[in-house]
Amino acid sequence: MAAPLLQVSGLRKSFGSQEVLSGINLEVQRGQVFTILGPSGAGKSVFLKCLGGVIAQDAGEVHFDGRLLSASNPASVADFRHRCSFLFQSNALFDSLTALENVALPLEQTTDLSSREIREQAMEALRQLEIDTFASRSPSQMSGGMQKRLALARAIVTKPELVFFDEPTAGLDPLRRNAVFAMIARYQRQLAFTALVVTHDVPEALVTSDRVALLEGGQLRFNGTPAEFSASTLPVVTGFRDSVEALGNTLAALQTPEK
Amino acid sequence: MVGVIGRNTLDLVSRLGEFAMFVVASFRGAMGARRLPRRIVRAFYEQGALCLPVILIVGIFTGLVLGLQGYYVLSRFGSEGLLGALVSLSLVREMAPVLAALMIVGQAGSALAAELGIQRNSEQIVALETMGIDSHGYLVSPRLLAAIIVFPLQTALFVAIGLYGGSLSGSVLLGVDPGIYWSAVDRAVEMADVRECFIKAATFGVLTISICSYYGYNAHRCSTATGAQAVSASTTRAVVLSSIVVLAVDYAITSFLV
Ligand SMILES: Nc1ncnc2c1ncn2[C@@H]1O[C@H](COP(=O)(O)OP(=O)(O)O)[C@@H](O)[C@H]1O
Ligand SMILES: [Mg+2]
Repeated sequence: MAAPLLQVSGLRKSFGSQEVLSGINLEVQRGQVFTILGPSGAGKSVFLKCLGGVIAQDAGEVHFDGRLLSASNPASVADFRHRCSFLFQSNALFDSLTALENVALPLEQTTDLSSREIREQAMEALRQLEIDTFASRSPSQMSGGMQKRLALARAIVTKPELVFFDEPTAGLDPLRRNAVFAMIARYQRQLAFTALVVTHDVPEALVTSDRVALLEGGQLRFNGTPAEFSASTLPVVTGFRDSVEALGNTLAALQTPEK
Repeated sequence: MVGVIGRNTLDLVSRLGEFAMFVVASFRGAMGARRLPRRIVRAFYEQGALCLPVILIVGIFTGLVLGLQGYYVLSRFGSEGLLGALVSLSLVREMAPVLAALMIVGQAGSALAAELGIQRNSEQIVALETMGIDSHGYLVSPRLLAAIIVFPLQTALFVAIGLYGGSLSGSVLLGVDPGIYWSAVDRAVEMADVRECFIKAATFGVLTISICSYYGYNAHRCSTATGAQAVSASTTRAVVLSSIVVLAVDYAITSFLV
């Protein structure tokens, strides 16, 4: 097997006495859509932020394309930042810029493209996400779903090799949720990026991912293909599957009128 | 007791060290930053154009009061003819750099601290970093560079309008001959005074804008509050500390240069 694009070993992170991540090992192959499932509060966002270097891990190593990412090696970190992008759970849009300026900013600040090329590429990204008619709006004047798509546009506009998605579907309606997963899958093939997705949308994740892992109790309890996940009889996996299913049933029960 | 003092001292020293590193990173950030001129122009607008009204208003009143007070003091000794000297030297050497800096802190510094604090809170600063954009270079450098120019310019404007205010109350209201007023101004102010004035203004600019940026940028590390309250607490602290620093550094520079 080829060398993994992203390799994580022994990653640990605590906040005070609360250990959120207690030794995570993970390999993401180039071109994969890798999805991490896990209940809310499991530390999925913290994990992504450690990978992105947003918060410093207590222990463990992250290798990107064979190179160790560490503060003592700023060149490797700069290279990593250049080739990756991040979709934040909170979107983290620049609220004093327009939608177009938001998408243009990473191009403006990290490439030598001309203003016209930047504008064209930014508009193209907006068009791909069907929000080009809102180009001159401020993010605060957009709905939650549109903001999410704007954040997605900003994440893919630099043509990254690896994209981290933190709950890309949070706050979206079911239709858009499907659309986002479809989009990730489509662009993933079209632009050939590698995706590391964090979500709790199990059914969608199982359809679009090449690999899924389950984060619970600070560790990856399962790591395999979607088919293996569906077929797994591991208690943690069945427990998680059941809880998601139970929630679905509860909701369904709420919707069916009582006899 | 000794322990508390020791701990606080260490805390202060490490804070100062951190602040110094912040300023260094912000100046160094200017070298890698792209499209910096455009950002600097925006900072010019924030610190210059937006602060213009308050500078003009405070400047004219300062001059008016200096003219009045100066006239009453000097007329006791029969030397109203020196009114221009008194007004101009007070303005150039002390009042203009200090008051202009305090006014820009109140207007632009507080806005800057709050803006950065909100950007920190909503993960915009983190987002910049993950995009490979140096957040110091993008957010702080242009404002610092602008401050080096804008503070002296605003101070010069403050002096000019203050002198005019002094002549209004001194000559127009109280009857000092305008020719005598302006020639006293002309004779009193020397190159060294102007230099001191500009050194003060530029120093205040760099210090106050750094302090306001530092507090806003680090709003998430505010020890007393979180979220929106952390932004407001950081903004308040930034303005209060900037004001104290202006006055303290003014004393230091004056005693050093005189
Ligand atoms: N900056 C922080 N300081 C302290 N605790 C944090 C911080 N960020 C996250 N946590 C804690 O880490 C745990 C995991 O959070 P998170 O990764 O956001 O969960 P999720 O899996 O839902 O994304 C939570 O218990 C949260 O309270
Ligand atoms: Mg999360």
